[in-house]
Amino acid sequence: MSDPVDVLIIGAGASGAAVAWSLTETKMHILCLEQGGWMNPATYPSTGRDWEARFFGDFSPSPNIRGRPEDYPINDDNSPIKVVNFNGVGGGTVMYTAHFPRLHPSDFRVRSLDGMAEDWPIDYDTLVPFFEENDRIMGVSGLAGDPGVPPRKPPMPPLPLGRSGTILAKAMNRLGWHWWPSDTTVATVDYEGRARCINLGHCTPGCAQGAKASTDITYWPLAQRAGVELRTHCRVREITTDEHGMAAGAVYYDRDGVEQFQAAHVIVLACNGIGTPRLLLNSASGRFPNGLANSSGLVGKNLMFHPYAQVYGYVAEPTDSNRAPPTCIWSKEFYETDRSRGFVRGYTFQFGRGVGPISEAVASEAKGILPWGAGHHAAFRRLNGHRVGLSAICEDLPEEHNRVTLDPVLKDSNGIPAPRIDYTIGENTARMMEHGIARATEVLAAAEATDICVNSPILYGGWHLLGTARMGADPGRSVVNEWGRSHDVRNLFIVDGSVFVTSGGVNPTSTIQALALYIADQMKQRLANLFD
Amino acid sequence: MPDKALSPAQVDDLCIIAGLMIPASGEFDVPGADDPRIQVDILATLGRDTQLVAEALGLLARIAGRPLAELDPARREAAAIELRTRGGPAVAALIRVVLQCYYRDDRVVRSLGLEPRPPYPKGHVLEDGDWSLLDPVRRRPPMWRRA
Repeated sequence: MSDPVDVLIIGAGASGAAVAWSLTETKMHILCLEQGGWMNPATYPSTGRDWEARFFGDFSPSPNIRGRPEDYPINDDNSPIKVVNFNGVGGGTVMYTAHFPRLHPSDFRVRSLDGMAEDWPIDYDTLVPFFEENDRIMGVSGLAGDPGVPPRKPPMPPLPLGRSGTILAKAMNRLGWHWWPSDTTVATVDYEGRARCINLGHCTPGCAQGAKASTDITYWPLAQRAGVELRTHCRVREITTDEHGMAAGAVYYDRDGVEQFQAAHVIVLACNGIGTPRLLLNSASGRFPNGLANSSGLVGKNLMFHPYAQVYGYVAEPTDSNRAPPTCIWSKEFYETDRSRGFVRGYTFQFGRGVGPISEAVASEAKGILPWGAGHHAAFRRLNGHRVGLSAICEDLPEEHNRVTLDPVLKDSNGIPAPRIDYTIGENTARMMEHGIARATEVLAAAEATDICVNSPILYGGWHLLGTARMGADPGRSVVNEWGRSHDVRNLFIVDGSVFVTSGGVNPTSTIQALALYIADQMKQRLANLFD
Repeated sequence: MPDKALSPAQVDDLCIIAGLMIPASGEFDVPGADDPRIQVDILATLGRDTQLVAEALGLLARIAGRPLAELDPARREAAAIELRTRGGPAVAALIRVVLQCYYRDDRVVRSLGLEPRPPYPKGHVLEDGDWSLLDPVRRRPPMWRRA
């Protein structure tokens, strides 16, 4: 038994790092347990000749394929979208594409505006100072003045349009549709100790240059210098409670697989929308037979992914392909509700610059547009380095049957029950995806692209893990309150994507981190009566 | 599950099927995927894919009925077409390992006009592009809903 800490954070990813840094101001004893270790950028795929191949192996975004010791298996057989994540210091920010949009104001008022789902208990304006603080620490590149989103001032200039962006921008202008350079956490200038982007192009599985913001190189150095202890290779099995129903601490396995217990006065969960409900459900006890913090029965329910409808084709002129960050431009043309489209809510178009030769060969062969035999070489030269494409990142509405439960058989390497995912794409979202495919096809036609291919949904596209412990004022309809504290366990907080009430139609990392900073700020303001 | 090496017969079939997928080309001055250096790379880096590739080669052996080397060209090609048509995860893995080793071979990479090197540390140059394209978008009124 170790001495109790003031605050125990579980998970060192996007939200855990942000909340740890924010709470350092309190001078409390803060400890973070992380099941993975520190990453070494010198070993990232882009440093070797097998940089593309490793995306199919030890740097796959799927934990089930990747199978690193830090990963836990996920039974996602009953889902058309497979979970992707990363486990280690930095979490999903190590392995993301660095798109950094914010939720829109309307995303917090879905029930009021569109009669669907629920409203959030907070609004966009509440989060604005935390968005801005997070933009500064993560380092966001972008361009002010976008009519598609509320005003913001990215601290760095945008990524270049490049050849691919120019081709796609011209196509969008022909259609008269909105586009704008995407906000990204890829540094376009030297920034706070980070070297600027040199276009390694293989950003997603870790940036060897350090230009892409991941919390192991942004928040964590700041938090550690301020005294936060980060203990790696520690996998938490369960949260225990005391005789008063308060969280007492965490049982975890250390790097040697030895069971340990860490007592804490406050526990903060930052394990993402799969890991957090898994941990709460694994923390069932006599007092909490359905899992911890689950009197509402909503822990694990309302899982939202953002189904992606991807459409791409091939143009005659060369594109940037893999020689630039994948982040390029976005479009908000179809983001806000227009009921004449046959669905409510909407999607962001996210445009890509192309892929490398191996990715192109594997994808084109699978699509049947790259032949075997004598015609192979000519066909490949027509395809490789000529791809342009876009994806509709569609708002996923909360539905209780989309859920995370504990698999009755599957366990991780420590014998802890693994999560099981049951998920189907809702009717509204399916109509949205069809709309996105049709509009994307128009964009590619305007770009004079041929050999149009569709991936809908993107199979390994479960990047965004949201909604499985949502926030709200009503304890019967939510897991945490409007400032992230469990309704049931007054010293237990959740700060990751689990607390999302609705998903919006954007990549969520910016909003997840702003929420974490907001919740930390609420905790700081209430320190004298945090448990009342 | 530990990786299990392919049998000599499977290695032979792998070489032939790779060559059927991607034959050498004088026009493009590239080797086929049955080139000895590429085959060495495939076998040396099979790793976690070994079991699936062995399954695919087992399927190929059943389709062909005998080692591919003993078939005439027409029957070899028919077997390759049948394998591709049947598909599945194992066949997909076989195809991927061939493609990922072929398209990182120095000779092939150069033939595509690319440098045979990892992205880091040299990186690449990205053109700035034509930002005047943004002018009509700048003139649009705000599109986001106030809530």
